[in-house]
Amino acid sequence: MYNIAIIGGGIVGNAIARELSRYDLKTILIEKEIEVSFGTSKANSGIIHSGIHDKPETLKGRLCFMGNIIWGQLATELRIPFERVGEILVARSDEDIPVLDQILENAKTNNIPAEMVTGTKLREIEPNLAPNINTALLAPTAGVIPPYEMTYALYENAMQNGVEYLLESKVTNIINDKNGFIVTADSREIKAEYVINAAGVYADDIAKLIGANNFKILPRKGEEYILDKRLDNINNHIIFPTPNPTSKGILVIKTIEGSTMIGPTAEDINDKEDTSTSEAGLKKILDFVRTMVPDIKKSDIIASFAGIRPVSDTNDFIIEESKVVPHFINAAGIQSPGLTAAPAIALEIIEILKESGMDMRKKNNFKPYDKPHRRLTLLNNNEKELLIKLNKDYGNIICRCETVSEAEVVAAIKNGAKTVDGIKFRTRAGMGRCQAGFCTHHVMRILSKELSVPEETITKRGGDSRIVKEKR
Amino acid sequence: MKKISTDLIVIGAGPGGMAAALKASEMGIKNILLVDRLEELGGILQQCIHNGFGLQKFEKDLTGPEYADHYINLIKKTNIEVLLHSMAIEITKDKKVILSNNIDGLIEVSAKAIVLAMGCRERTRQQVSIPGTRPAGIFTAGVAQRFVNIEGYMPGKSVVVVGSGDIGMIMARRMTLEGAKVHAVTEILPYAGGLTRNIVQCLEDYQIPLHLNHNVINICGKDRVTGVKIAKIDSNGDPTNETFDIECDTLLFSVGLIPENELSRMVPLDINPVTGGPYIDDTYHTGNDGIFICGNAAFVNDLADYVSLEGEIAGEAAAKYALYGNRPNSRIPTIAGDNVRFIVPNFITRQDQVTLYVRVTEPITDVRVISTDGIVNLKKQIVKPSEMVEIKLDSDKLKKISQLKELKIDVKKNG
Repeated sequence: MYNIAIIGGGIVGNAIARELSRYDLKTILIEKEIEVSFGTSKANSGIIHSGIHDKPETLKGRLCFMGNIIWGQLATELRIPFERVGEILVARSDEDIPVLDQILENAKTNNIPAEMVTGTKLREIEPNLAPNINTALLAPTAGVIPPYEMTYALYENAMQNGVEYLLESKVTNIINDKNGFIVTADSREIKAEYVINAAGVYADDIAKLIGANNFKILPRKGEEYILDKRLDNINNHIIFPTPNPTSKGILVIKTIEGSTMIGPTAEDINDKEDTSTSEAGLKKILDFVRTMVPDIKKSDIIASFAGIRPVSDTNDFIIEESKVVPHFINAAGIQSPGLTAAPAIALEIIEILKESGMDMRKKNNFKPYDKPHRRLTLLNNNEKELLIKLNKDYGNIICRCETVSEAEVVAAIKNGAKTVDGIKFRTRAGMGRCQAGFCTHHVMRILSKELSVPEETITKRGGDSRIVKEKR
Repeated sequence: MKKISTDLIVIGAGPGGMAAALKASEMGIKNILLVDRLEELGGILQQCIHNGFGLQKFEKDLTGPEYADHYINLIKKTNIEVLLHSMAIEITKDKKVILSNNIDGLIEVSAKAIVLAMGCRERTRQQVSIPGTRPAGIFTAGVAQRFVNIEGYMPGKSVVVVGSGDIGMIMARRMTLEGAKVHAVTEILPYAGGLTRNIVQCLEDYQIPLHLNHNVINICGKDRVTGVKIAKIDSNGDPTNETFDIECDTLLFSVGLIPENELSRMVPLDINPVTGGPYIDDTYHTGNDGIFICGNAAFVNDLADYVSLEGEIAGEAAAKYALYGNRPNSRIPTIAGDNVRFIVPNFITRQDQVTLYVRVTEPITDVRVISTDGIVNLKKQIVKPSEMVEIKLDSDKLKKISQLKELKIDVKKNG
């Protein structure tokens, strides 16, 4: 019998798992994919928003503001790079200026640092803006993190602190009686006192299994495109247009890795699995971002992806204990700013559990610090030398574009990577401009050796995604 | 960190790097270090088990590994120090190179001269912006070639090749020989990207359809590729409504090659946006004194034979630089004129003999390749982008050229 079963291993599920691991509870997280972070969380922009976009009376606004503050500490604990590069909202026409003034007023009221930047000062901090852009609102507390690394770090830390994980297990049924819930995940039955639904785009389907679905999830697709790292100076901030009432717009995003990302689109779709990119999406993004940074070229794109935002029909986050099914807690509709809000959502869940009568006693052996994720490319030569002395495999570079060593791949596997994508998201091997041309067979060889499975069974991301068909 | 000094370091042991090291050795240079990231010498030649190598250089029809063996055997007879399984991760203006491997850790090499011979990499699906899903089963042709010929795995059984580059056509044949069904090769342009001999020997001989003016406009499949949508392309290069679907489990991309210049950018060397390689003179000397570059790292060649020839020139010049440390002052720029996409090398310095290579913008029949003052004046029945025009300049011509401000080459339709 578990105290708590969390359904969904994205950023939200893992943030909740990690927060719960502070307490003397038996917790399990159930995920349908072969690895965590393989759903919406892998297709995230990596932005820690300042909070100026959302109204503080909404859950989105309140938890985004809180999340922004928590991230500073959390990134340190989990040893994840986090840089407050700041966001700027640019006025592309004079009509935008009063809107920015209003946002600035709101920011002041809500204690979010922000200021107007104009003319030469604006040029100085963001030299590649379109010449007609002369006014922008700067919110310096916004930042960037590597979103999948963050999810993996939460996962590893939660596991280290006693949370159990059941992967590759799709929840197909939930029933409850006076003793609690029985969650059927493929062939296993999990008994738990509480169920927390963090199933992302499938949150409404999961809630429906037990009749706690007083909401609907409307999948909204966003395409994003990554530019070659060589252009790392094209933008210094996360550049937003002045928002309209329904959207934050299409952005020029500085990423923690130094490459620039452009997007996302926002397209309401029916298929929760449709992560295809489109010619129209690319054109829309390019046309739009060029109104802010005209130098961006199609030929600079090295990669594309699409993610699906789980938008609730209330348009706000839904974080509450079901009124009809006691002890069933929804953490649903977590679209943007979900990544920023995730650690605050976790705290919100703790409060809900306490109020619901869960006996929440803190453990005295909680270990907040994750072990360091050694990234060769971030070290200087003396540090590299020391690391190679400890483990020779740090000297064997298996990914040229991102300078990833064999030892980093082995470490990723020890931390739970089972697939080529899992290695990619954890180490960046294959993310560079050659798009895995050089490293794929190295990664397959290392996976095969470490997991003791034949190379031809290695998959890109589980299921039927084997890289090669058969041995010759 | 282990520190070593050498007269010459050659980075990359494919056809260019091996030829450069050998030539430098012949020139009497004592300390030569030849480095490669792979476990054996030969570079990409080792996965090119098809024939067609050496026709120009040795007038023999060799496979890639046979062609590589010729050089490997010669290298074994020299004092060239070979360091394999080692990645060059850093390079500086003053000719220091940092290598990384799992035996020595980091090694700092100080060299009097460097020859860069990193070869090229393949453009990917992403760089040609093909929309759709991102399932397993999408490879560049060269990666598939490595899987089949070196690793011993079949990437898939039911294949569409996107783009008609040489490796794509060679892999269309290879996959067919290994029992896969290759449904089609698509090419967005009105003409093939690769050599005529490959169209005949790899596609026509195996009845593999080549769809010119066609491109894949959508990729389907969640976990694994399940099919593609192909559209006819209009004269502006845009897809038309004339489309058809092919079910397949694998896509191979052969949509162009890009010189591998991560290291060159660290120096930094000035990169020619048209070739994708650094600007070079006719000894393959870059703008940075003592750093030379040859083969596909400098510009994408049609044949390994050409790469070896360039390697020899670069190796000889690098050896001379290591010995005497000087370079010629005067140089005449070469300029790409009408219908010329690029001309290499970018500067003429030599008085004895120089070979220029011209890549045209599109296929044209019955042309004249003509230079400033008519010093070069060649008649050609056909020129095409897949096959560079070679211009050999002897000492007489070079003497005339040395009086010019620049040498412009135009490719003009006769009449």
